[in-house]
Amino acid sequence: MPFFLVLQSDDLRNLSLSGHVGFDSLPDQLVNKSTSQGFCFNILCVGETGIGKSTLMDTLFNTKFESEPATHNEPGVRLKARSYELQESNVRLKLTIVDTVGFGDQINKDDSYKPIVEYIDAQFEAYLQEELKIKRSLFNYHDTRIHACLYFIAPTGHSLKSLDLVTMKKLDSKVNIIPIIAKADTIAKNELHKFKSKIMSELVSNGVQIYQFPTDEETVAEINATMSVHLPFAVVGSTEEVKIGNKMAKARQYPWGVVQVENENHCDFVKLREMLIRVNMEDLREQTHTRHYELYRRCKLEEMGFKDTDPDSKPFSLQETYEAKRNEFLGELQKKEDEMRQMFVMRVKEKEAELKEAEKDLHEKFDHLKRTHQEEKKKVEDKKKELEEELNNFQKKKAAAQLLQSQAQQAGSQQTKKDKDKKNFF
Amino acid sequence: MSQASSLQSSGQSGLGKSTLVNTLFKSQVSRKSSGWNREEKIPKTVEIKAIGHVIEEGGVKMKLTVIDTPGFGDQINNENCWEPIEKYINEQYEKFLKEEVNIARKKRIPDTRVHCCLYFISPTGHSLRPLDLEFMKHLSKVVNIIPVIAKADTMTLEEKTEFKQRVRKELEVNGIEFYPQKEFDEDLEDKTENDKIRQESMPFAVVGSDKEYQVNGKRVLGRKTPWGIIEVENLTHCEFALLRDFVIRTHLQDLKEVTHNIHYETYRAKRLNDNGGLPP
Repeated sequence: MPFFLVLQSDDLRNLSLSGHVGFDSLPDQLVNKSTSQGFCFNILCVGETGIGKSTLMDTLFNTKFESEPATHNEPGVRLKARSYELQESNVRLKLTIVDTVGFGDQINKDDSYKPIVEYIDAQFEAYLQEELKIKRSLFNYHDTRIHACLYFIAPTGHSLKSLDLVTMKKLDSKVNIIPIIAKADTIAKNELHKFKSKIMSELVSNGVQIYQFPTDEETVAEINATMSVHLPFAVVGSTEEVKIGNKMAKARQYPWGVVQVENENHCDFVKLREMLIRVNMEDLREQTHTRHYELYRRCKLEEMGFKDTDPDSKPFSLQETYEAKRNEFLGELQKKEDEMRQMFVMRVKEKEAELKEAEKDLHEKFDHLKRTHQEEKKKVEDKKKELEEELNNFQKKKAAAQLLQSQAQQAGSQQTKKDKDKKNFF
Repeated sequence: MSQASSLQSSGQSGLGKSTLVNTLFKSQVSRKSSGWNREEKIPKTVEIKAIGHVIEEGGVKMKLTVIDTPGFGDQINNENCWEPIEKYINEQYEKFLKEEVNIARKKRIPDTRVHCCLYFISPTGHSLRPLDLEFMKHLSKVVNIIPVIAKADTMTLEEKTEFKQRVRKELEVNGIEFYPQKEFDEDLEDKTENDKIRQESMPFAVVGSDKEYQVNGKRVLGRKTPWGIIEVENLTHCEFALLRDFVIRTHLQDLKEVTHNIHYETYRAKRLNDNGGLPP
């Protein structure tokens, strides 16, 4: 009998190469492949109507995404997703921007966060469904999961609104939240610092997990650390250009001065762009997949009754679990079917009995009616006989009376004759 | 007519109400300066806080009551949040009515009625919110409402004009009569003057500040930003000066008269009718 000996060592040995092999081209191969495939990025913008979401998106991506400003009369919150194909150098980006229409406008905002959570979950669900398919095409899959959620905070200068805290708390375990202060040109410099600290401390004290710029990789650690100090970024958006010096720059023109969007002394727009697009876009996508999506998947599967290990801590194979689930399900189906059949039979019996009863009643009624009819008929016959008898009697009496009358008349006329004779005698 | 005036400011928190009221009276008259600090939590229900002051200028003393409504519009569910405010205003009318029907009346009935309500609209740049419309619909029937666009330094000149037009249109479409109400114009002169204010200037787009800066050799109230100083009293920057002149210098007496002759009388008639013609 063949004897297999498997030698396995867990230590990896470092070897040195005696010549150029060429696998140092792997990163390039990866880049080429990714570039030809194109990238996709999905941003969710959450904020009140009129706070500048569309304008900021236009400013960030240096283009005009066609959209009409929303009215304030929406009865509820709904999400509007729009996808665009952008290209820079030879890199293609499929960008999806999801907008929360009507957020913050209703008088009763208890349910405002729900459509947002549902949307995010729906994207996770779609991905999960694809992943669980037997014949699946994940590499081709158009990923619609939200990679970054920009939460627009109104520039009150005081603190976060209760709606902000509630919404962010509901979203922080589902998506990377990046809070930003919108329309920041309305806050003076000294007030801005206080406002930022207040916001950050409120987020911490309420346990809201916002997106942390990664500091583990040396290439980005430094820049991420310095930028994190300025959170939340206070931004100003503008697609209009104003002449500053001898250049045209994106800015907002006021009677008292010009706010330059890309001037770091005026606002944190440049910082946001750096962090969101130029440094951490890939990390945002990764976090979405490895943290938020995995959490969703785990919860969903556990809900469905799947476990990774059974009570004895022996690993379940997915297949066994599937089989068990399937049989259970079929068994239930069968049981239901039997129940329904039984119920049906019972119902038919009941109906039959009812109908029989009704028939019996009808028969009885018919007999009763028949009898009544007979009686009536007999009564009528009796009455008829009586009547005939009476009639006969009457006729007899009439005849007798007539006879008497004629006799009387005769006697009368005889008497009159006698009287006449008597008279004539005298 | 009493020398007392009551001014109420309502609107969501963070719109600069207290700063504006302070700027209006060039004095620290708002709730924020009387022992309240920014760190206080937003209340869970609407509260009414009235603080009285006596201010003097040129020998004329004025008793000013500033009423603030913290918590309005700040909850997640704001249904009927204007009711406490409506109730407060009616309570002041009730107080006055009770004094008026007394047999032995005071020579001067203390007037705590609200003469003017400044409603602060958030400068979204689009239009009014459902909450704004509901509040103004209900309250324009019991008090003089002056809508004001808060934090106007967030809009450029074009945005401001467009926004104002849209707000005016929406108020008209919803039948909201803000002060000065068309129906109370006494003569033609009043009407033309008020028409101009109604159709062009209102709602006033204001910026408030209690800090002074040096501009062109003068000390002015303003807001300092890295791109310039916003002068509060400069008409090219914002309409604060128009609001101030309107409320204090030209129409203060009229505000009180309309409150007394129209709003109070409406309340009184309704109360007496409900009571069957008898005083309460």
